[in-house]
Amino acid sequence: MRGAIGLFSSSMLAINELTYAFQGTAPIFENINLRVAPGEFVSVIGPSGSGKSTLFKLITGLLAPDKGEIGINGEISGERLGKVGYMPQKDLLLPWRTVLDNVMLPLEVEGKKGNLAEIHEWFSRFGLKGYENAFPDELSGGMRQRAAFLRTIMTGKELLLLDEPFGALDAMTKRNMHTWLLGLWEDLQKTVLFITHDLEEAILLSDRIYLLGDAHVREWKVNLPRPRNSDQIYQPEFIELRKELERLIHHEN
Amino acid sequence: MKIKWKKWTSDYGLFVLVVIGFVAIWEWIVQAGGVPSFILPSPSSIWEALLKNKDLLFGVHLPATFWEVLIGFGISLIGGLLFGVGMHFFRTLEKILYPFLVISQTVPLIAISPIFILWFGYTIWSKVAVTFLIAFFPIVVSTYDGLKAGGDEYRELLRTMGAGRWMVFKKVQVPMALPSILSGLKMSVVYSVTGATIGEWLGASEGLGYFSRRMSGNLQADSVFAAIFLLSLMGIILFLFIRLIEKRLLKNLARGR
Repeated sequence: MRGAIGLFSSSMLAINELTYAFQGTAPIFENINLRVAPGEFVSVIGPSGSGKSTLFKLITGLLAPDKGEIGINGEISGERLGKVGYMPQKDLLLPWRTVLDNVMLPLEVEGKKGNLAEIHEWFSRFGLKGYENAFPDELSGGMRQRAAFLRTIMTGKELLLLDEPFGALDAMTKRNMHTWLLGLWEDLQKTVLFITHDLEEAILLSDRIYLLGDAHVREWKVNLPRPRNSDQIYQPEFIELRKELERLIHHEN
Repeated sequence: MKIKWKKWTSDYGLFVLVVIGFVAIWEWIVQAGGVPSFILPSPSSIWEALLKNKDLLFGVHLPATFWEVLIGFGISLIGGLLFGVGMHFFRTLEKILYPFLVISQTVPLIAISPIFILWFGYTIWSKVAVTFLIAFFPIVVSTYDGLKAGGDEYRELLRTMGAGRWMVFKKVQVPMALPSILSGLKMSVVYSVTGATIGEWLGASEGLGYFSRRMSGNLQADSVFAAIFLLSLMGIILFLFIRLIEKRLLKNLARGR
């Protein structure tokens, strides 16, 4: 295991021999290993119940592993809460706060004052300009999702965990969000770990994909050059990749 | 202005009409001799009794009861919030206190009131004690339940941001609990009037409860009703006051519910 240490320290996220079980049930993870390099976009896919969200709770520090280690930015031990930017499945915008106040929440929690000019700049980039003082119930689904994403960015963390951020959106909105996210991510310089059950989405956005199932993970590289755009899903290479991934999933089951 | 008036009539118009109709029928039945006036006095004679006793009622008894209600409710408010929050933060406190809280509500008030008289005599504090015993409970329960209810996902989100318990309490749990707490306050303030009145029945030398009881002994039904009218008016005004605060506080909190 000694040889792994070099890799460990250069990873943004390193999971080593992780085992986790909910009390009194069979383990959902058994000795799984997972790496995410700085600046990488990595997706996690798997059937429901395969523990995708649980994996995120372990990484954020909401849950503690039974066995194994989780390292963030080279730090293996210690408190993980407050070390990553976590975007949950639901937007979880506080309904009584304006969009601006929601987005500022991570700064408030850390007792920091944000730079308002900078934050307004972010609002334009996220297509939320003019909605700073609106309340979440006045926004569309796509806008709420973007606001929640902006809140995640505001944590200022290098590693972002996005749990099915587009799961609840309709197909059209989702495609727009893909285009927008691809453009944004190119110059955001963040590391993203992304949960989805949408294969197309996973291929389009990711550098690598981890397949979760039967308490184990398998890694799959996406051989698709960047920059990408959302029209690529109709190209034969893309469809070929998708078939390959589907075969892999079926083979696994 | 016109729109406001329209809204008011659509909200309360029907109620006012029914009240006017009810009072008119009441007056008519008593005037026609359907019911003896010492059983049910007519609204007009209640009004006359109110005017006749106005110096005593507004000068002595109303203020006395009002202070009992205010002090009793004030202590209930502070104590209720403290215990509600305390029980939320400390499991042990909850385990010790909750049974006592329930017991305090099942013990017959009439049975323990002699103890209050024994301890506090005929002073204002025996009435405050009865008020507190009644008004305290809804505040504790609504605070405790309000803080406990839901918000788990929000709490987890804030914890991933590095928020501690106090921060989560302040940013998520208090705003989420406020509607419940304010419902508790509305109940409690109305109960406070009841508590003060019962306290006065059990032993007092002034107050609207004391007055109504004495008048009932004298078979002066109109004066009894006048005191009851003032008591319910006090309850309504206090209730509306809390609702005003509620409306201000919950302007945005009520969103998305």
